[in-house]
Amino acid sequence: MRAFPLLSILIFLPLAGAVVVALLDRRREAAVRWTALAGALLALAAALVVFWRFAPGTAALQLEEHTLWIPAAGIGYHLGVDGISLPLVLLTAVIMPLALLSSWSAVGDRIKEFSVAMLALETALLGTFLSLDLVLFYVFWDAVLIPMYFIIGVWGGPRRAYAAFKFILYTAAGSALMLVAIIVLFLSSGAAGARTFDWAVLADSPVAMPLQAWLFGAFALAFAIKVPVFPLHTWLPDAHTEAPTPGSVVLAAVLLKMGTYGFLRFLLPLFPEATVRFAPLMAGLAVAGILYGGIVSWAQRDMKRLVAMSSVSHLGFVTLGAFALTVEGLQGSLLQMVNHGISTGGLFLLVGVLYDRTHSRLMADYGGVAALMPRFAAVSLIVVLSSMALPGTNGFVGEFLVLLGAFRAAPVYAVLAAGGVILSAVYLLWMVQQVFHGPVAVVQRAKVVELSARELVLFVPLIALIFWIGLFPGTLLSRSEASIQALVERVQRVQVEVRR
Amino acid sequence: MPAAADLRMLGPEMLVAGTALLVLVWATFLPPQRQHLLRWISAAALAAALAVVLRLGTGAASAFSGMYARDGLTVVLQSAALLGALLALALAGAYVERSHLDAGEFYALLLAAALGAMVMAGSRDLIMVFLGLETLSIPLYVLAAFARTDLRSQEAGMKYFLLGAFSTTFFLYGIALIYGVTGSTALARLAGSPGGPMLRAGVGLLLVGLAFKAALVPFHAWSPDVYEGAPLPVTAYMSVIAKIGAFAALLRIFPGTLTALAGEWRGILAVLSILTMVLGNLAALRQTSLKRLLAYSSIAHAGFILIGVAAGSGRGAWAVAFYLLGYTFMTLGAFAVALRVTRGGEEADAIADLTGLASRSPALAAAMAVFMVSLAGLPPTVGFVGKLYVFTAALEAGQNALAIVGVLASVVSAYYYLRVAYTMFTGEPAAGIAFAGDRWLGGALLAAAVGVLVLGVFPSPLTVFVQQVAQALR
Repeated sequence: MRAFPLLSILIFLPLAGAVVVALLDRRREAAVRWTALAGALLALAAALVVFWRFAPGTAALQLEEHTLWIPAAGIGYHLGVDGISLPLVLLTAVIMPLALLSSWSAVGDRIKEFSVAMLALETALLGTFLSLDLVLFYVFWDAVLIPMYFIIGVWGGPRRAYAAFKFILYTAAGSALMLVAIIVLFLSSGAAGARTFDWAVLADSPVAMPLQAWLFGAFALAFAIKVPVFPLHTWLPDAHTEAPTPGSVVLAAVLLKMGTYGFLRFLLPLFPEATVRFAPLMAGLAVAGILYGGIVSWAQRDMKRLVAMSSVSHLGFVTLGAFALTVEGLQGSLLQMVNHGISTGGLFLLVGVLYDRTHSRLMADYGGVAALMPRFAAVSLIVVLSSMALPGTNGFVGEFLVLLGAFRAAPVYAVLAAGGVILSAVYLLWMVQQVFHGPVAVVQRAKVVELSARELVLFVPLIALIFWIGLFPGTLLSRSEASIQALVERVQRVQVEVRR
Repeated sequence: MPAAADLRMLGPEMLVAGTALLVLVWATFLPPQRQHLLRWISAAALAAALAVVLRLGTGAASAFSGMYARDGLTVVLQSAALLGALLALALAGAYVERSHLDAGEFYALLLAAALGAMVMAGSRDLIMVFLGLETLSIPLYVLAAFARTDLRSQEAGMKYFLLGAFSTTFFLYGIALIYGVTGSTALARLAGSPGGPMLRAGVGLLLVGLAFKAALVPFHAWSPDVYEGAPLPVTAYMSVIAKIGAFAALLRIFPGTLTALAGEWRGILAVLSILTMVLGNLAALRQTSLKRLLAYSSIAHAGFILIGVAAGSGRGAWAVAFYLLGYTFMTLGAFAVALRVTRGGEEADAIADLTGLASRSPALAAAMAVFMVSLAGLPPTVGFVGKLYVFTAALEAGQNALAIVGVLASVVSAYYYLRVAYTMFTGEPAAGIAFAGDRWLGGALLAAAVGVLVLGVFPSPLTVFVQQVAQALR
């Protein structure tokens, strides 16, 4: 008997929603919006079923689906979830309905096309996190670009065309070489006829060293551009600044995680020896990104750009944790992916709320907003504190684990990275002070009105998650522990051999 | 007197040839309002020929003392040629009737060119290849100049004819040199020949002739001008059928025959491929005319397809066949969109003419987006699968540089293809833009879009089908 294809259903539910939306009359805007939201909520329900069915305490792949796709070319349809992909699947499923809900005020034209693009994007994202065949993974990975390109390019700000092309050319260039590396892996996986693109098989017998280093380079480049790791981050501020609010939310919360997920899922297990060799380099770039991103954020006057640059800093922590190659570091890295999704997704929503009212993102145009929007100010403070990693919020657990892991591996990096924690407090509180405190100095005062019920709904789940993960991190950590443990053992085995 | 079995094997070719003659003659007796019957007859003949090709299958039968073969290569590439002709016919009808072109002649020439490509696919003798090449080319010269009152079309036809005839003589001279060395024009004899400078020169001349037809750099200079000047449906057809014929012959002659010299020609083809990809894509970047953009795009794609030939392996050969079939769908689809849009009753030639059309015809814009994504080689479309296959072939053959240049060129192409799709989704449509075309065009558009997507998501059956090509080379 074939098992129930739960993961396939999860992946393709949003796409089915997109098809339904495409068939609706474009003039019935409310119907389009509610149908799209319903599609994303159904996917969330499916993701929760996956979470509920997921058995903690094992590193094995679960709910696996393994059938042939293009047998004549050795390509399979292999899906599975483990402790590494589970948190990211949930993150995607939670963020998408929120992003769609935020589009109700942020996107006013071509609503139908926008909804279709968003739902197609969700399918591609879920597929990326759940694919265990390299070609299948690449198909979803690259398919993400197309809807995102349109979301930035059609519904973005004044320089949207430039930002959209920069986004797609940067990321496509990175992934192009990864495609070459994927094919080389396939060709070196055995004699003709017995070759495979299957992740599980390839991870069991990594290729030999000089080649492994090249392939590592190709994969690392693709992932590092996506993350983005300093100095490959230059596409990010433009894409974020120009994208509409829901686009920025998904981009920050989920798309950037594709790269860091790639580190854990592909880079470490497929190229363990090269990972050990190049870990100091990657960790060094991560630390550079943490500090650089922090300093540049401090200098921003545009809030959206500030949040975008802070992503470079925060994802530096994720990268640092991944290449600490210790259990704590990797756990922290994974948790920090989720945390960044929640808190930075939240920050973009906050900026979106202000932008919807006054159409300005400059901090100088605000001041004293707390007096006009007290509820909004409270919500903002919680999200900002989570982004600053205050104890009790989700960010603290993640950053603490990353620093702990990094300290065990290389104390210097941890000490430098800790400077980034301080920087993030500086620029975030600076933003809060400029926008919310002091005498009321908003340029368009009449337009600054308190959060609507719909907007409040956007933040409730995020705030719940901030405290839930902050106070009970075990819910996620216990589910990822076994997979992380297995991954670290795999790499450390090689580490010992390399040292010998 | 050829044996009955030989003639039976040529069923599809005779069907197409016979229909071409029938259409040509009958057109003179039909009153103008009934000329559309000719389109039905031509389409039925092409569909029937396709069915017969698939039904006859391979069986590796050869006819006329080995001059002609019905093997995997023949079956797959003849299917591609017939499919391309069928789609092009559906595209062309409304345009031909609207522009008061001579429908009977048009369809007859279209069928004749398809016949030429079919013959090239089946030939195992250089003389047969040459006959196929001429049967393919001459109708295309005429078609390019088909708009008799349009100076640009006349210029296109003349240019194409002069340069084409010139390149054909190269091919013929190559045959002469090879005959001088081997004493035969049979490919089987060429395969067994020991080589030598004369033979190499002959092979080089054959390559020049075919490279011209396939518009490979540096033999591509004619194609942007000809593509731009020729009537739009002719451009569409030309960009597909000439490539199918040329690549069929390249596969027959290079990986199919000259295996002993593979070490020499593989490098040369790799260089041609790199030049073609780089130049084609870079030139396409700056185009503002949709027709010219598609012209350079077709040059660039010839470079990608050539990767599979340069690999010199069975995998490379079937990758070429897969790519050609996918290319047929996506290119003809893109041309179908171009044919659908008119400006003041004329061809809407500028990319800017597509501005904002998504609000007036979302389906058309969605279809164009599908074709552009596929031409850019992004998943989940047939264009991606085709590129995956040719790059795999190159890497398997150890041509790493070729694969790397290929993927990077592909990234560059994303820029100009997506710009076209982007144009349709932003701004407001210009005045004077209207939609033209009939149900045939709509059907062809739908078929092409469905083909691009379905073959991109479920490429398995087609992959198995094209893998027959590899068996033909052994």
